[in-house]
Amino acid sequence: MAGLEDLYREIILDHYRSPRNRGELPVPPAHKVEGFNPLCGDEVVLFLDVDPETDTVRDVKIAGQGCSISQASTSMMSAAVKGKPLSEVRQLIRAFKALMSIHESKLEGDGGDGSDLAAELAGVRLGDLEALQGVVKFPVRIKCATLAWNTLQQALDETAQTQA
Amino acid sequence: MSALDVATIKRDFPIFEREVNGKRLVYLDSASSAQKPLAVLDAMDDAYRNHYANIHRGVYTIAEEATAAFEDARRKVARFVNAPRTDEIVFTRNATESINLVAYSWARANLNAGDAIVLSHMEHHANVVPWQILAAERGVELRWIPMTADFRLDLTNLEQLLDGARLLAISAMSNVLGTINDIRPLADAAHAHGALVLVDACQYVPHVATDVQQWDADFIAFSSHKILGPTGIGALWARKDLLEAMPPFLGGGEMIRDVRLDGFTTNDVPWKFEAGTPAIVEAVGFGAAIDYISALGMDAVRAHELLVTRYALDSLRDRFGDSLTIYGPSNVDGRGGAVSFLFDGIHAHDISQVLDEDAVCVRAGHHCAKPLMRQLGVPATTRASFYVYNDEADVDALIEALAKAQKFFAV
Repeated sequence: MAGLEDLYREIILDHYRSPRNRGELPVPPAHKVEGFNPLCGDEVVLFLDVDPETDTVRDVKIAGQGCSISQASTSMMSAAVKGKPLSEVRQLIRAFKALMSIHESKLEGDGGDGSDLAAELAGVRLGDLEALQGVVKFPVRIKCATLAWNTLQQALDETAQTQA
Repeated sequence: MSALDVATIKRDFPIFEREVNGKRLVYLDSASSAQKPLAVLDAMDDAYRNHYANIHRGVYTIAEEATAAFEDARRKVARFVNAPRTDEIVFTRNATESINLVAYSWARANLNAGDAIVLSHMEHHANVVPWQILAAERGVELRWIPMTADFRLDLTNLEQLLDGARLLAISAMSNVLGTINDIRPLADAAHAHGALVLVDACQYVPHVATDVQQWDADFIAFSSHKILGPTGIGALWARKDLLEAMPPFLGGGEMIRDVRLDGFTTNDVPWKFEAGTPAIVEAVGFGAAIDYISALGMDAVRAHELLVTRYALDSLRDRFGDSLTIYGPSNVDGRGGAVSFLFDGIHAHDISQVLDEDAVCVRAGHHCAKPLMRQLGVPATTRASFYVYNDEADVDALIEALAKAQKFFAV
């Protein structure tokens, strides 16, 4: 049985209590995307400003409300992607989602060795984000952790469409 | 002194023999679904082992026994809500299906563009969405009874709301707030305007002696699993003249009298609304659950829950003061044992997670009542709800676990 300290690591509680990059950005140039977790009412509002010249995240701000996991994950995501090239951001999204599912498949005992997922993780520096891997031991909370990242994915897709 | 001997009652429920995280189970989520006494499990086991066959068909001993047991359960359900006739009970999958049956059968046969249905702000999605589907399809207008500051129905404009209405569809007890709505005066007002009355009695029937005749309701919906019975079966009670006039809902076996290539005729009520092989053994379990709780006595059940709810409201306020906001009537009279709250800015999911460490089971979220949550201005609440197997010690365990959560998430 996983304990609370597996889920609520100190770094997560720190981001929950003092979220980074809270606020709003003018739209445009920023792109605004809202993400919802209909099961628990978590809400993430993401303002993503991409520099089309350099294809980097010029700035990011977050708003919304929800449980500690959703809000900490959002804060950590914002800190991780700010100033990063989009290629790196996309890699980070894949790596984070792999982190959220690699243990899940092991837990479910579906026989998968997670090698494809491991490949996604190889060479990606997750840093603080690794603190969120304890979430996979609490399956109902995985959606809380991935909400920010799905919202980010949506923002990237919509930004790409706008700029295309 | 409680009207119920909770220590003895707990021993009737096998699940309380187990532990979670090395702690005794403190189950405070009966408003979502209740635990099952051994009497229900045994009755269902016996039905499967010794009396199982399809019903209303076979001309052999065990088929006749199964049919008798199924119809006997219908009699128990009818008596439990003081229905005038046993054949006014239609078995459904759950209360949600009961309400949908009325929406698809009665409402589609009787309501058209310009007709109005009156609902309230405290309805469960099960008593909102079927009417929204109908409204979108037929142009039926939905009107809403608002709430007072003390979480009761605000009946100030009831007469205007009911003017031109064809149906009042209202909860007898809110699954979030615990508010008990006084049905009889509402039914009288609705009937005076020519509207029928559907009562979502899902939260009420398990906890308070129910009398559809005293209510003067036209339809009531409730489920088995909240009354200590199995999942997969619920009931619709409706006046027989309404059931007879209503077109069938689902088509198939059992609901027909005759089928030809060019059409069919329907079976008598209630079987007209019970297409396909029903939840036979679940009906037996439903009946056993009603026997169990009837033996405790519904007046004693209500008295016990008032006691525990009052203790919970007092203890939560004493211990946490302004850190805790309760969404529901402040007075236990006219209120059931569902206690929803916000606690110290901690999200309901985080509270529920910490409480689980101490094997305290509560519900966290919007409780399938998002319009109500929007009215309250909160995304989610934590809800503790009480039943016959809960006592003051369970409330104490909740409070200790909440104190732990408060410490854990302290800024």
